[in-house]
Amino acid sequence: MVKLILSEEETMLAESARGFLDADAPVSKLRALRDEGRTHDPALWVQMAAMGWCGVLVPEDNGGVDMGHAAAGVIAHELGKTLAVSPFLSTAVMAATALKQVDSAASAERLSAIAEGRLTYALALDETSKFAPENSRLACEKSGNGFVLNGQKCFVVDGGFADRVLVLARSGEGPEDLTLFDLPADHAGITRNDQAMIDSRNAARLEFDNVEATGDDIIGAAGDAMRVLRPALQAGQAALSAEMTGLAASAADMTVGYLKERQQFGRPIGSFQALQHRAAHLWCEMEVTGSAILHAGRMLDSDPDNAAMAVSLAKARAIKTAKLAVIEAVQMHGGIGMTDAFDMGFFMKRARVASEWLGDYGYHAEQVAAARGF
Amino acid sequence: MSWALQDPESFRDTLRSWLHTHCPPAMRDGLNTEATICWGGKNWQFTSEDQKLWMQNAADVGLTTPRWPAAYGGAGLSREQEKIYLEELARINARMPLLSFGIWMLGPALLAFGSEAQKQKYLPQIIRGERRWCQGYSEPGAGSDLANVQTKAEDMGDHYLINGQKIWTSYADKADWIFALVRTDRDAPKHKGISFILIDMESEGVSTRPIPLISGASAFCETFFDNVKVPKENVVGEVNKGWDIAKYLLTHEREMISGNNQGLTSGRPLGAVLAQTAGQERLSDASLRAAAMECEIDALSVGLTLERYKDQAEAGAGVGDASAMLKYMGTELNKQRYELMMSAGGSEALDTDGAHGDLAMDWLRSKANSIEGGTSEVMLGIISRRILGLPG
Repeated sequence: MVKLILSEEETMLAESARGFLDADAPVSKLRALRDEGRTHDPALWVQMAAMGWCGVLVPEDNGGVDMGHAAAGVIAHELGKTLAVSPFLSTAVMAATALKQVDSAASAERLSAIAEGRLTYALALDETSKFAPENSRLACEKSGNGFVLNGQKCFVVDGGFADRVLVLARSGEGPEDLTLFDLPADHAGITRNDQAMIDSRNAARLEFDNVEATGDDIIGAAGDAMRVLRPALQAGQAALSAEMTGLAASAADMTVGYLKERQQFGRPIGSFQALQHRAAHLWCEMEVTGSAILHAGRMLDSDPDNAAMAVSLAKARAIKTAKLAVIEAVQMHGGIGMTDAFDMGFFMKRARVASEWLGDYGYHAEQVAAARGF
Repeated sequence: MSWALQDPESFRDTLRSWLHTHCPPAMRDGLNTEATICWGGKNWQFTSEDQKLWMQNAADVGLTTPRWPAAYGGAGLSREQEKIYLEELARINARMPLLSFGIWMLGPALLAFGSEAQKQKYLPQIIRGERRWCQGYSEPGAGSDLANVQTKAEDMGDHYLINGQKIWTSYADKADWIFALVRTDRDAPKHKGISFILIDMESEGVSTRPIPLISGASAFCETFFDNVKVPKENVVGEVNKGWDIAKYLLTHEREMISGNNQGLTSGRPLGAVLAQTAGQERLSDASLRAAAMECEIDALSVGLTLERYKDQAEAGAGVGDASAMLKYMGTELNKQRYELMMSAGGSEALDTDGAHGDLAMDWLRSKANSIEGGTSEVMLGIISRRILGLPG
C-alpha cells in the first residue's frame, strides 16, 4: 500500500528547495530573463546540479541521488511556486528516465553527464498543435547501414538550447513502428527556430532535412520507441503536474493574501462571502489534486507498469486546478491582476503552456476513461 | 477469531476463505443502498434470512465494526487490514453486513469521550446490531447555526428533565436510542452550555413524527421531548462540554458522508454504471460521456484524498477542519453522479415502476447530501475562516 504522505527525507527536500528557490530563483528572475529576451538560465542549472536535483532520478552508480519520482515531484512543485526556469523536466526527469530504460555504455555516460549538470536534453515529439506521439510522421528511412530522418517537430520544449534531442520518428506504418533517436542538437541537417512562447520559456520548431543517423543513435531498438518513451513521458507528466500544483498554490496564496489586505467599502474584501466561498472552493480543488499528484509519484516509484492511470489522473486534475487557480487569481485581484507589472500574468501563461505540454485535459481524461472501461 | 496479529497477506487469505463460507451468495449483489442495507435495532425486520445470517456472522467476529477494539467485540483491525477487508468485500461485491449511526457516529464518540461503563454498555449492542441509534442535533431554530440548540436539560438532582424539539432526526421513528445535544446552561455563551446526552426513545414523553420528503421517503423525523427523565450517568464526557464532542462527530460525519455515500456506484466505474443505465454497451452520448469522465476523475481524486488523510491521521497528524473539504467535495460529486445517472436513464428513469426502480428516489435523496451534516456553504465558511484565515 503506497503511503500518501511525504517521508521525512522528502519534507527536508521540499524545505531546502523552497529556501533555495525563494532566494535564487524568485519570479522576478523570470521577469528579468524575459525582459532580456532570454529563455534559459545556465547559471541556475549549475546551481541545481550542485543541489543534486539534476540527478534526482539518476542511479547512484551513475553519480545521481536516485530519490525517485515522488521526490522529483517535490522539486517540480517547488519550481512551480516561483516559476523557476530550467530544463529540469525535459532533462532530469524525462531524458534521464528514457536513458535508464537501456543498458549501454553511452546511456551510462549520458546519465552521469545529466547528474553533473553537463548535459541538457529536449524531447522532439509533437508535430501538430496537440500532443499525440503515436501519430508522429517524421520519417526515418533505412539508408545503407544507417537511417535518414526527414520531417518537422514543434513545441520542442527546451529545444532551442538543449545539447541533445530525443527524436521520435516513424519507421513503418504500424501504430507502434516508431523509433527513438538520441542526437546532438547541432547534428548536420537539424535546424532549430525558437518559438515565441507566452510563458517566456524555451520551445523550438525543429526541421530535419536528410539527417543521417546510425543504429548507435537509437535508444532501445528500432521500432520499439514506446518501450523507452512511455515511462519517460509518464515521469514527465507526473512531474509537470506537480509543477502545476506548485504554480496553483502560489497563485492561490497571493490571492488569499490580497483578499486579507485589499480594502473596499471600508473593509477587507476577504470578508465578503462571495469571495470567501470561491477562495475556499479553490482550496478544496487544490487539496484534492495534491493527493492525485503524490499518488502518481508513488505509483511510478512502486509499480511503474501500472502507473498510467495514476499519471493521467494527476495531469487532468492539475490542469483543471491550475486553470481555476489563475483565473480566480486574476479576477479576485481585479485590475491589478491584468497588469504586466504584477506577477500573476506569468502564472496564468505558464499554466496555459503546461496544460498543453505532454497532453491536455481531453487527452488525459481519455486515458483515465480507457483505464476505467468507458 | 483474532484477526489482529496477522500479517497482511495471511490476513487476506484467512479473510477470503472466511468470506467464502460466511457471506451468503445472495449478499454479494453490491447493493449498499439505504433500502437494502441492514441497519439493526430491536425492531429490525430482516429482509431475508441471508441478510440476518450475514450480519450475525460478521458480528460474531467483529467485522461489523472492523476498527473497533476487540475488547468490546470489534475486529480490532489495523488500517491496512481494514483496507484489505474493504477490498475483499468489493472483490466479491458483498454488501456491508451492517451500517448504522451507532457505527458511524456514536461509537467513535464513545471511544473518544465515553466512560468505561458507557463503552461496555453501548458498544457491544451496536456491534451486534441490537440497538439502533439516531442523532438529535438540529432544531427548528438551530440548523446551520447548530450551537443555537434550545432543547433544555434541567438538573433535577438525581436526573435531567428534557424539554424541547429536534428536527431532521434521521430514522428517529425506527431508532431505539438517540444521542442528542441539549442545553444544560442557559447563561453560558452558546457553545459552552451544551451537553451530549444519551436518551432511550422508549422513555415517557418522547414522540416522533416522520417528515415526508420530495423523494417520497420519510427518512427524517421531528422528535419531541416532553418532560423526559434521563439518568445523569447518560451524559457523555463533561457537562457543558458537549460541543467538543459534537464538533468531533461532525468532523467524523463529514468524512463518512463523503466517503461512503456512493450508493449504487460503490467501487464500480461510473462509465459502466451509466452505460448500463442507458442500456448501452458503451456510453454513446458525447456530452454525457465527457461529463462522466470529469466526474470519475474528480471522484477518484477525492477517494485518494480520503486515503491521504487516513495516512496522515495514522502518522499522528489530525485532519481537523479539512474534513469540511471532504464533505463538500464528496457530496457535491454524489449529486453530480445522480444527475448523470438520471440523464443516462432518460424517460425510463422517470417511471418509478420502470426498469430503474429506485433511481429517481435515490437521485432526489442525494439532494440532501449537501445539506445534512452541515451545508456546502457552511463547509466553505469553515474552510475560508479556519483554514484560509479570511476575516469572519
